[in-house]
Amino acid sequence: MNTKINIAGVELKNPVMTASGTFGSGMEYSEFVDLNKLGAVVTKGVANVPWEGNPTPRIAETHGGMLNAIGLQNPGIDVFVNRDIPFLKEYDTKIIVNVCGHTKEEYLEVVERLSGEPVDMLEINISCPNVKQGGIGFGQNADSVFDITDAVKRVAVQPVIMKLSPNVTDITEMAKAAEAAGADAVSLINTLTGMKIDIERQTFALANKTGGLSGPVIKPVAVRMVNQVANAVAIPIIGMGGIANYEDAIEFILAGATAVSVGTANFYHPYTTLEIIDGIEKYMAAHGCEDINELIGKVNRV
Amino acid sequence: MMSENLNGHVTDYGTILKQESIAQGIYSMWLETKAAKDAGAGQFVSLYSSNGATLLPRPISICEINDEKTALRLVYRVVGKGTREFSEMNAGEKIKLIGPLGNGYTLKNKTAILAAGGIGIPPVVELAKQLKQADKGKINIVAGYRNSDMFLVEELRRYGNVFIATEDGSVGTKGNVLDAIRENHIEAEVIYACGPLPMLRAVKQYAGNNEMEAQLSLEERMACGIGACLGCVCKTTKKDSHTNVNNTRICTDGPVFDANEVEI
Repeated sequence: MNTKINIAGVELKNPVMTASGTFGSGMEYSEFVDLNKLGAVVTKGVANVPWEGNPTPRIAETHGGMLNAIGLQNPGIDVFVNRDIPFLKEYDTKIIVNVCGHTKEEYLEVVERLSGEPVDMLEINISCPNVKQGGIGFGQNADSVFDITDAVKRVAVQPVIMKLSPNVTDITEMAKAAEAAGADAVSLINTLTGMKIDIERQTFALANKTGGLSGPVIKPVAVRMVNQVANAVAIPIIGMGGIANYEDAIEFILAGATAVSVGTANFYHPYTTLEIIDGIEKYMAAHGCEDINELIGKVNRV
Repeated sequence: MMSENLNGHVTDYGTILKQESIAQGIYSMWLETKAAKDAGAGQFVSLYSSNGATLLPRPISICEINDEKTALRLVYRVVGKGTREFSEMNAGEKIKLIGPLGNGYTLKNKTAILAAGGIGIPPVVELAKQLKQADKGKINIVAGYRNSDMFLVEELRRYGNVFIATEDGSVGTKGNVLDAIRENHIEAEVIYACGPLPMLRAVKQYAGNNEMEAQLSLEERMACGIGACLGCVCKTTKKDSHTNVNNTRICTDGPVFDANEVEI
């Protein structure tokens, strides 16, 4: 049975990775999860300098999901390169570094800095809804998606994944712009912008007022968008949004995703990634599937 | 998949041994769990709802650890869906949890004030018990309640000299724990505190003015509980070594902090 998949020439032992921002750089979860078993670890977004993030409360639970407004708190590229990359290099898994910035120049500084580092791919975050500058600001207009993708591709040594926002009228336009500018892959979906009101305190549940909605509640939206994008571009898709078990992962793969990321589920069940890897193999055996690649986008071929 | 990992965090299905209401909206649950083995005063466990739409674990402080270190007592207030679900469970039922989490109190060889307010009172019980067992010095416990609907007073009296403050003045000092400390002229070298943020701010200021050490237990909305999501941070006076900014993670670096380390 083959569970290996390939994204832009990088071979992953299986299609299961972690969604940026839900897994740190793997240290905390390495207590629970053998990182060697993961297809890839996608790190928390890193910027050129340390970011403090938003005030608290940063977290609010909603029915079947949660809102977060962390605001991309991160230790900056220097600490990341000296601490987090060497940590991850000890494991037999692929390293995908999520890159964030307020401006194009800040993204490029991080991308250039990573060019000499042993990382396998870059994921460019143009979809964070929780920062005032940058983030989603680059990802809601096809021209700016093209522009930032093009700029990153000119300096990037590693393959580039553009992480797309669902907070747009037509996500296929963003995916096509990324592809046209040379993106090697796209990942989707980031969180949906949401809000919760605390009726006892009669104010916003989050200090940032709005936050990104994630968890099982967003899965049908994510599957729909992955499927739309799969029918619009030829580059590989990393699908995510509410994946909590192998059935969810298979759904995304059948819809058109080459790989999947597990996010919010890590928070409430730290073993989710491993259980999905096992579950995918059992599903393949039960369905007489010899190669996972046969399943990618299968619904689009019937 | 349930196991014990290298850092001593246990994911486990604990068995409820006993559950009772001990005041209006306040429940006491004894839970048999492997997480009790390495638990300390001021640490917490996170309980999971069995409702698939209630995703996030609920962090609840440890009120007592049994002598055999096989069970934990959790005393909690029903504040929403998750805690309501827990309160409706009975002895014999199982509850998924992770713990023990965080860093608890550091026991000092000093005369002590244990200042606790409302649902901040439970962790002070185990702390008082351990301070007394280790014979660390005189133990003054100041507990603040809304009114005469009090809880855990008997337990606290076993381990120290107890002073009560109530907001409505029905028992003890009328006012908060700081009012009771002043009214009773309680002197000590260290204050261990747990309670609402305004109380912790007042304790920090009082300790600073009186050149006392203070250990504060903070709380914040959490998602993962193990330091990955950066949801539950607190401002720090110095740059935090892990986050590389003036933010520290309450779940892993706290919940108990030296008052001088945090901006609250």
